[in-house]
Amino acid sequence: MEYRLKTPLKKEELSVLRAGDRVLLSGTVYTARDAAHQRMMERLDRGEELPFALEGSAIYYVGPTPERPGQVIGSAGPTTSGRMDKFSPRLLDLGQPVMIGKGARSREVKEAIVRNGAVYLAAMGGAGAVMSASVDSARVVCWADLGCEAVRQLHVTDMPLTVVIDSRGNDLYESGPAAYLESVERMEN
Amino acid sequence: MRNISAAQITEAVAGLCVRANRELPPDIERAMRLAEKTEPWPIGADTMSVLCRNIDAARENCLPICQDTGCACVFAELGQEVHIEGDFEAAVNAGVALGYTGGYLRKSMVKDPLRRENTGDNTPAAITVRLVPGDGLKLTVAPKGFGSENMSRLAMLKPADGVEGVKRFVLETVKLAGPNPCPPVVLGVGIGGTFDKAAYLAKHALLRPIDEPNPDPWYAALEKELLEEINALGIGPQGFGGKTTALGLNIETMPTHVAGLPVAVNISCHVTRRASAVL
Repeated sequence: MEYRLKTPLKKEELSVLRAGDRVLLSGTVYTARDAAHQRMMERLDRGEELPFALEGSAIYYVGPTPERPGQVIGSAGPTTSGRMDKFSPRLLDLGQPVMIGKGARSREVKEAIVRNGAVYLAAMGGAGAVMSASVDSARVVCWADLGCEAVRQLHVTDMPLTVVIDSRGNDLYESGPAAYLESVERMEN
Repeated sequence: MRNISAAQITEAVAGLCVRANRELPPDIERAMRLAEKTEPWPIGADTMSVLCRNIDAARENCLPICQDTGCACVFAELGQEVHIEGDFEAAVNAGVALGYTGGYLRKSMVKDPLRRENTGDNTPAAITVRLVPGDGLKLTVAPKGFGSENMSRLAMLKPADGVEGVKRFVLETVKLAGPNPCPPVVLGVGIGGTFDKAAYLAKHALLRPIDEPNPDPWYAALEKELLEEINALGIGPQGFGGKTTALGLNIETMPTHVAGLPVAVNISCHVTRRASAVL
């Protein structure tokens, strides 16, 4: 199935998504990766506000290349999500419903996804040039000193994504390869 | 004796950094286009077509193929009759800084592994120099992304583990990596030497085109066998399932100690980059 979604995202519209579905996402997406997550945790520890409201938001794990003059953004594909596993359950429990990245997530993240009715979506890893085509505008909103790791607000149109972990905890990285291997076995028998 | 100036080296390295990040080597691009046609699993085939579209988009828009423009791994084959005017390492690093800044590439290097402050110009490069006969200098820049680098592994096997032990370790490494290194991957396997040389061999193996088998027919057969077994794992493009888990696998070996069998697997992604120039 293919779904068109717009931010802010509601848990009801996320609940119909299933692992393997395609999503075209439009609206506002915030970028944050390793160092920005670390700083967000420090702010939460001190009881301070985060650079953006978590409720209904989509976080994209990306450190883009610098834009050339006249370009909105450089290459902007996802980084490996597993490095954010340590931080994600806390953000999900605070109402953050959509994570965008690539690669496997921990059991703790999956449990937090199910607990909160969130979803984990994959952008196309290593396809930075294609992914950047869906970005209409980009601006640094916090921690410019982090360079490529700064928090940016992106406006995107029809950003092409794949549902990897749905709100029930189904994981495409397990079901996809298993389904393929089953098909090979059926052909051989 | 032939003189090569630091400025020549800087200029060459800068150009190679930019070229390597925008254009895939012909062997990798051919393997990607072929996999797009031969991948039998629908989601795998769709994924391959997006990845191939990305190669075109990078070329058309002068964008890096991947946003992780990597750690600049620079390999130099330096003729022993060459005299370098100036500081070789400084010249290479100046080239990396120039290429990454002027070429709008991402600066991904931190000064210290624990205190983690970005150096701002993607230096320093990871430089490997080999002295060779003659008066030439061949420079290769192979930018290495860390999504795949992080999934690489090394083991000190026992001699009795033999070829079966090596195969088991390679397959286990690919399975553990799963979707993380952006499959379809390219694998560099280093067997023998010492702890450090095995890792070097694995990285160096990634410099050989994947359609060029190991010159030793015994190892060429092992490369083919391992590649087939990896592509039967079902991980597929991006780990969504399918046949195309690896595009190629290169093995490099070195004599080793009677007591040891070091093996290293350096994983690289579908954006396996390298560009060379001869001065």
